[in-house]
Amino acid sequence: MTLIAGASLLVVALMLAIGGLLIQDSTGARQVFGWSFLLPNLGSTWNPVTGQFQGWSFIYGTLVTSLVAILIALPMSLGIAIFLAELSPGWLRAPLGTLIELLAAIPSVVYGLWGIFVFLPAVVVRAGAFLSETLGKIPLLQVVFMGQIPSSGASRLAAGLILAIMIIPTITAVSRDVFRAIPMAQREASLALGATQWETITRVLIPYGLSGILGAAILGLGRAVGETMAVTMVIGNSLQGSYSLLLPGYTMSSVIANEFAEAVSTLHSEALIEVALILFGFTLILNGIARLLVWKIGSRTVEEARA
Amino acid sequence: MQTISSTAGEVTSRELRQPQSPLVTIKGEPLPLTSSKFVLSDLAFYYGKVQALAGISITIPANHITAIIGPSGCGKSTLLRTLNRMNDLIPKTRIEGQVFLDGDDIYSPNVDVVDVRRRVGMVFQRPNPFPMSIYDNVSYGPRLYGVTKRADLDQIVEFSLQQAALWDEVKDKLTQSGMALSGGQQQRLCIARALAVEPDAILMDEPASALDPIATLKIEELMQTLKSSYTIVIVTHNMQQAARVSEFTAFMMIDQNRAGTLVEFGETAQIFTRPKNRQTEDYVTGRFG
Amino acid sequence: MITQARSTLLFTTPIVKGFIQAKKGRQRRRAINFFWLGITGVVTVLALVPLFWIIGYVAVKGAPAINLAFFTELPQGMGSASGGVLNAIEGTVLLTVLSGLFAIPPGLLAAFYAVYHPNTWLGIALRFGADVLSGVPSIVIGLFGYALVVKPAGHFSALAGSIALAVLMLPIIIRTAEEMIKLVPKNLRAGALALGSPEWRAALQVTLPAAISGIMTGFLLGLARVSGETAPLLFTSLGNDRFEIGRLVQAGFRSGQSFPEILYNIIQQPVDSLPLTLYKYTQQPFPAQIQQAWGVALVLIVLILMFNIAARYWVSRQAAKNRG
Repeated sequence: MTLIAGASLLVVALMLAIGGLLIQDSTGARQVFGWSFLLPNLGSTWNPVTGQFQGWSFIYGTLVTSLVAILIALPMSLGIAIFLAELSPGWLRAPLGTLIELLAAIPSVVYGLWGIFVFLPAVVVRAGAFLSETLGKIPLLQVVFMGQIPSSGASRLAAGLILAIMIIPTITAVSRDVFRAIPMAQREASLALGATQWETITRVLIPYGLSGILGAAILGLGRAVGETMAVTMVIGNSLQGSYSLLLPGYTMSSVIANEFAEAVSTLHSEALIEVALILFGFTLILNGIARLLVWKIGSRTVEEARA
Repeated sequence: MQTISSTAGEVTSRELRQPQSPLVTIKGEPLPLTSSKFVLSDLAFYYGKVQALAGISITIPANHITAIIGPSGCGKSTLLRTLNRMNDLIPKTRIEGQVFLDGDDIYSPNVDVVDVRRRVGMVFQRPNPFPMSIYDNVSYGPRLYGVTKRADLDQIVEFSLQQAALWDEVKDKLTQSGMALSGGQQQRLCIARALAVEPDAILMDEPASALDPIATLKIEELMQTLKSSYTIVIVTHNMQQAARVSEFTAFMMIDQNRAGTLVEFGETAQIFTRPKNRQTEDYVTGRFG
Repeated sequence: MITQARSTLLFTTPIVKGFIQAKKGRQRRRAINFFWLGITGVVTVLALVPLFWIIGYVAVKGAPAINLAFFTELPQGMGSASGGVLNAIEGTVLLTVLSGLFAIPPGLLAAFYAVYHPNTWLGIALRFGADVLSGVPSIVIGLFGYALVVKPAGHFSALAGSIALAVLMLPIIIRTAEEMIKLVPKNLRAGALALGSPEWRAALQVTLPAAISGIMTGFLLGLARVSGETAPLLFTSLGNDRFEIGRLVQAGFRSGQSFPEILYNIIQQPVDSLPLTLYKYTQQPFPAQIQQAWGVALVLIVLILMFNIAARYWVSRQAAKNRG
């Protein structure tokens, strides 16, 4: 019994220890740079040689790549979840679900490898050229679509697209379960009024499951924010002082992966740990919100089943 | 239509499966054809290989309340759901025979199922309002059909809620969630929601089984006021309710193949006081099972 | 009251019916329905394109790299086409086994606690903790392993790497085991407790055997996950071109070390793993290394597919048992 409680305590302690160690080991950098570390300023510097460290470029990189990922992955995952939960014939449901889940089983480095040698030259380079020709000419959008995509394709856009593929299984699985949890009576009520299946899905099922679907999306966003290897391999890892999606960049996780082993000074590694702390905070908040939302729909269906 | 005349003199081994007389009479007078809403002709229904309904022929009169009674598992709900093609939603089901709604075979390939369901509204066992406001619940249907003008919607919502005897209770809180109402109010909201698309007939699948006696009574009163404008078909396991609210009653049972069949159909008073069939008599007098 | 309610509005002209007469609207709605339902099918197929593209490409590009030397020899240095990735294979096995040893016992115990004491403060904190842990980015867990083991010890090691991987694996084990233990009929355990078995004994002798197939699934999914992870190893096990368990064992025996000493020596070495090697090789400009990277990717995918197939097998066994 003590052993069992001890094991549980270990899990709780681990969670606290991760946060604690990150806070402790970044003390130096936090004292030196204070809040200026977080300032949204693209001219900010990250210079290990002169000992100047500001994190905005990485925060921006993480945010923008995750945003691209979620913008592509959410509608696709919703479509897949609807197909799996509402349309697919019974015999196709399990194998299709398994295949989608297998996408999540492929290691991040394999995505990276495939990205560098196959996906970037075949898809991203073309998409990037197209975007710079079209959206890159529109005044306001220019900020995010200016410049020429490198011939290798390594760019924030590449990272965002790979992330989109990687988070589809997460969002799909959760939102499929959300659809399945919606009582049959809701569908019947709508169809009996003469609604088509699509009208039923968009006007009844999606509003009904909205919080769960949002939770799924945020869970996916959390995954995208924390994803490291595939992003590190395709984002180009360089600071160019630009907001463009078509140019190489850095994310919080990729700068840690790239520089921590070769940190040139204590301050450098402390600054990297501070980046990790911010990243940790991000995922903590995102996961917290996601759990709350998914849990809400779960408990609502339970209540209705009881009623 | 052909059923109405075809089976009149035929008394064979199929006797059990046939209604005593497919002709509907009111006080002994045959009902004019124009007053029939649904005509079912030799209807059979299968869930996969299992036959759930067999040889059902029945004429349901317009602007009256018809009750379908019978022991549980005899296919009452399945029969009801053939009337607005709700069984289409269940995979691997098959239907034989015909269902005519105002003379149109609703299972013919060129019929739009969406239109059938608009003409035949449905109210379910458990109140199932959408998780949206009362107003949006009622205006859900009309909006599907393209009614967008606020004034039109306002009028439909008020009219439907009034018809469902719910207007006075909710007129000041139309923006509140429909889920926040009491069970009986929710069920009347569901009735209003069904009325909002201006159907000709309303199917009710044990509409009061989840409600308390007072709420049940309100629904029953409501049905009496609605029948002048709508044809109502109600499935109920409660014989007193059938006797109270309906003018016609269909009694169903499972036959030797475990498929649901129609045993007797007639005026409610006759079914409950002078049943022609022995099984009906056993059932309505409580001697059955 | 009801008769009152049927007021003047009763005889208003129908509104909806007017719209319904318009056949055009009906056709439009039907077309929209088919179009969008079709789209959901299309995106489902579209999402599977990368899966088959990746697996197919890796199989085609990786197969030529696979030969006997690939599995039995150490790397011959950058730029060399000969040699293999024995160090990474042994490292992956070592890291996976070690992390399993670290994560499975406490994970299983914690799962029992979560099921039996869900509403104590510790039970709530535990489930919250497992949730948080499962969302922590693997790179952050790598930094944690570095701070916890590498920095105090002063060197990179398999031990540090496997501890980081164990942290990653722990929530997967807890969650799966928790689900599976919950499915065991309560009266089984109640019966054992009523006969006077202490709680731990009931758990060990009754609940665990009943749920074991399902719990195996958790182990396998956890192992599958960590065997493909790279980020937690970057600053913990680091990598080691010359790592070879056989050689370390021989050297240990020659210098008269006992078996535990040899074992300890092995886990104190920095080690490579398959994903780590893959990552490092893609950073190289040499075609030979890129070629081997595809080979490594193929081995990794096959390994992880096997883990996943095995996991599904155990799930179906558990399902069969719960039915029977």
